[in-house]
Amino acid sequence: MKTWNGNLLSEEISNHIENSVVNSNEKDVYIEVEKIYLVMKFLKETSGFSFDLLSSVTAVDYFDHFEIVYQLKSLITLTKATIKVKLGFGRKNEPEIDSVYSIWKGADFQEREIYDLMGIKFNNHPNMKRILLWDGFPGHPLRKDFVTNSQSMVPDLKEK
Amino acid sequence: MSVKSEPITINLGPQHPSTHGVFRMRVTFDGETIIDLEPIFGYLHRGSEKLAEERTYTQIVTLTDRMDYVSSMLNNQGYILALEKLAHIDPKPRGVWLRMIASELQRIASHLVAIGFLIQDLGAWGTPLTYAMREREKILQMFEMLCGARITNSYLRPGGVFMDAPIQFWDALSEFTEHFPSKIEELEKLLSSNEIIFSRTKGIAVLTAEQAINASITGPILRSTGVNWDLRKSDPYDYYDQVDFNIPTHTAGDNYARYILRVQEMKESLSIVKQCVEKIEPGPVRPHHDETPNLVKPPVGDCYSAIEGSKGELGFYLVSDGSISPYRWHVRSSSLINLTLLKDMLVGTLFGDLFVTFGSIDINMGEVDR
Amino acid sequence: MFEFIYNILENILNLFVSEFKFQNYILTFIAGALSAFIVINAVLGGVLAAIWGERRLLGKFQQRSGPNRWGPMGTLTSVADAVKVMFKEDIVPEEADKYIFNIAPLLLVVPVFIIFSVIPFGVGLYAVDINVSALFILAITSISGLSIICAAWASANRIAIFSALRSVAMLISYEIPVGLSLVGILLISESMSVMDIVIFQKVPFILLQPVAAFVFFLGSLAEINRTPFDLTEAESELAAGYQNDYSGMKWGLFYLGEFAATIAASSVFSTLFLGGPNGPFLPGIFWLTIKVVAVWFVIIWIRATWPRFRIDQVLNLAWKGLFELTLVNIVVTSISVIIWTDSDPNRLLYIALFNWIFTVPFVFIIIRLLKTKDYVEIKEPSLIYPVGSEIPKFEKVGK
Repeated sequence: MKTWNGNLLSEEISNHIENSVVNSNEKDVYIEVEKIYLVMKFLKETSGFSFDLLSSVTAVDYFDHFEIVYQLKSLITLTKATIKVKLGFGRKNEPEIDSVYSIWKGADFQEREIYDLMGIKFNNHPNMKRILLWDGFPGHPLRKDFVTNSQSMVPDLKEK
Repeated sequence: MSVKSEPITINLGPQHPSTHGVFRMRVTFDGETIIDLEPIFGYLHRGSEKLAEERTYTQIVTLTDRMDYVSSMLNNQGYILALEKLAHIDPKPRGVWLRMIASELQRIASHLVAIGFLIQDLGAWGTPLTYAMREREKILQMFEMLCGARITNSYLRPGGVFMDAPIQFWDALSEFTEHFPSKIEELEKLLSSNEIIFSRTKGIAVLTAEQAINASITGPILRSTGVNWDLRKSDPYDYYDQVDFNIPTHTAGDNYARYILRVQEMKESLSIVKQCVEKIEPGPVRPHHDETPNLVKPPVGDCYSAIEGSKGELGFYLVSDGSISPYRWHVRSSSLINLTLLKDMLVGTLFGDLFVTFGSIDINMGEVDR
Repeated sequence: MFEFIYNILENILNLFVSEFKFQNYILTFIAGALSAFIVINAVLGGVLAAIWGERRLLGKFQQRSGPNRWGPMGTLTSVADAVKVMFKEDIVPEEADKYIFNIAPLLLVVPVFIIFSVIPFGVGLYAVDINVSALFILAITSISGLSIICAAWASANRIAIFSALRSVAMLISYEIPVGLSLVGILLISESMSVMDIVIFQKVPFILLQPVAAFVFFLGSLAEINRTPFDLTEAESELAAGYQNDYSGMKWGLFYLGEFAATIAASSVFSTLFLGGPNGPFLPGIFWLTIKVVAVWFVIIWIRATWPRFRIDQVLNLAWKGLFELTLVNIVVTSISVIIWTDSDPNRLLYIALFNWIFTVPFVFIIIRLLKTKDYVEIKEPSLIYPVGSEIPKFEKVGK
């Protein structure tokens, strides 16, 4: 299975949909938050790309912004690619993004889990509720500012 | 004259003999026909992803064991491959062959659990289940020889495996590979000649290939709908491109196809084990700590890598910030995503088909909830 | 047995006192109570042995040892079970209907014991001899459906009602084939009394009426809620169904009733179709025991190996399969009884041959009709989904 070069992919995407790519490097492509739905639809339906399997949707919390990572696979062309979105700069309000549920149904539970554990809301999702924790749980545990009382198992060594 | 009837909602609660763990479903019936279903889970959520941010890279191997507790070696293998890709560690050949043997044996054990519990749920009061468990017992005894633990074995390390296999292991393995084919024949004959099993599983809960791919379903369920997709062949990792095996595929997409597929996959796993035993050569199983320190410190960056677990695509996403514990660790769990289409498969069938279909998806709650 | 005890008591009484007014009623009551006591104890002894035997036999089928702790080879396990069940706390749910909740186990157990009063254990060893006892047995077995409904409704539990309704639908559907399969026997033996049927069976009826025996066996498996028809207590689905809310001795009565019903079904089958206590050399009671144990073994064997049906498949089998077979059997038997009358010396041989030739093919026709349709598998998976059929854009452009 071959991996798409990020720079090539970003060129192709920006040729078709304007102002969608923020930047790119060899492995991944960064897309604007508002254009994510159009870009995903383009990637699924155009022949030559045909990413029909959404492998995984994850979110990472860097301290000043969030990042959502999409891993896409194509069974028809035997390729894979990574798309990333940066959102929620400055942590001022609750971050929101369009859901890709209507393109790939497999995003259903994964987006609910991101909402549950990271607090990112997905618009146009049919069932935006908490999935692993109970309703009414205070906070979103995977965020870096949700500090628990557990003791770290990392040894306090001076690195050689 | 029309009779007024009302749908009834019952709660098949977290404690139930057949839900393979703590899984709750709220089902609405009209007579015996299912018209709505809502799965509720999260009863086994232990916060593995947050716990991983406070452990070193080697300590996380123990966390991966306990996710899908029926297939620990495969979870270990998925994580170690992601770590090796991120930290650019070269694995030792003997370690790679040993971990392939362990993974394929673990796949056989996991499929035995799935098939045995299917027939138990269908109502044969435990007789085929005890036969399947008897074979799994032999595999677990072999794992005990390898690493000291039967189920939650943290056997793999970055660059290879933990310890070399003792001599008793090779003897036990050759005995197992001799006797196991006849047991698979027994199971296959039982599943393919019993009229009651046919009538309970054929033609029920059919999935098409487009539906399955759209819902990101992978593993035996996808292969039963006719798509020839296995990550060991399409995106080979370890030394899977040096061994010769087939991928069984069926096109029916119903319960029966999903079960008979697992029996055939066990045969293929056994042939992979035999080839690995022939090709293995002596050598170190783990890199020396001068080459690769025990406290692994990968460079800054991220990576995603996936293996073919026993239930589908098992992927790990690692983000590293250069220190000895990861910044973010995420598991793409196959069981959670395979549950996406549970409602669509079951609406319109009868109550008697509920647990048979649920068992054919073969989920494990440790992986769904992490 | 009843007459025997009555006569003995009358003789003993007449030694002391002369005839008085209500002697008949009092003696009937005492003699009846004594013979019922003997029958019930015999059956309970059989049930204790059956509980141990079934669990141990299931263990042998599953390549493990059954109970082996209490007594030599675990023979006292039933006693341990009974003691444990008696000492458990008796819980009644708050919303339950108390009177019906308490009566339901009794309604299950009592009819099973009543069946044993008409079965002959040997020549002259029977409790009563009613001249319509075959019909009596059929009538009494249908009371158990009432007990299941009472148990489920009184528990105020939705899942219990599910399982009870399934069970009642199954019971009602299977009574008809079971009843009609006995018509063939009644035509040949010309009497409805079980004693007369046993005396008639120089040749066991299973050879004269194979299809009727087959239908009767399956139907009685359905009536006692045994695998493959045990969907009421499908443990893996409903976790014991209508018995869910019972604890203590009331549950013990349900448990006992199920085992006693198995023995009752095997006894009725061996009396009506296998000849009961008939047989050379050994006294009648040994032959009956051997036959009952053989049929009971087959029932346990089926339990250990077959999975269970779904409710719509069960009802299909009753109405579309077994019902037609019994109708065919009645037609064929009545024709053969008219053609070869009493005066023919080889009458039974001709009837047997006629029956075998004309009814057994129908069994295969019904099997053909009710089989699951096999689907056609497409052998070319690439027609289903085109994996790897396109070239990615970066290769097309040539970079």
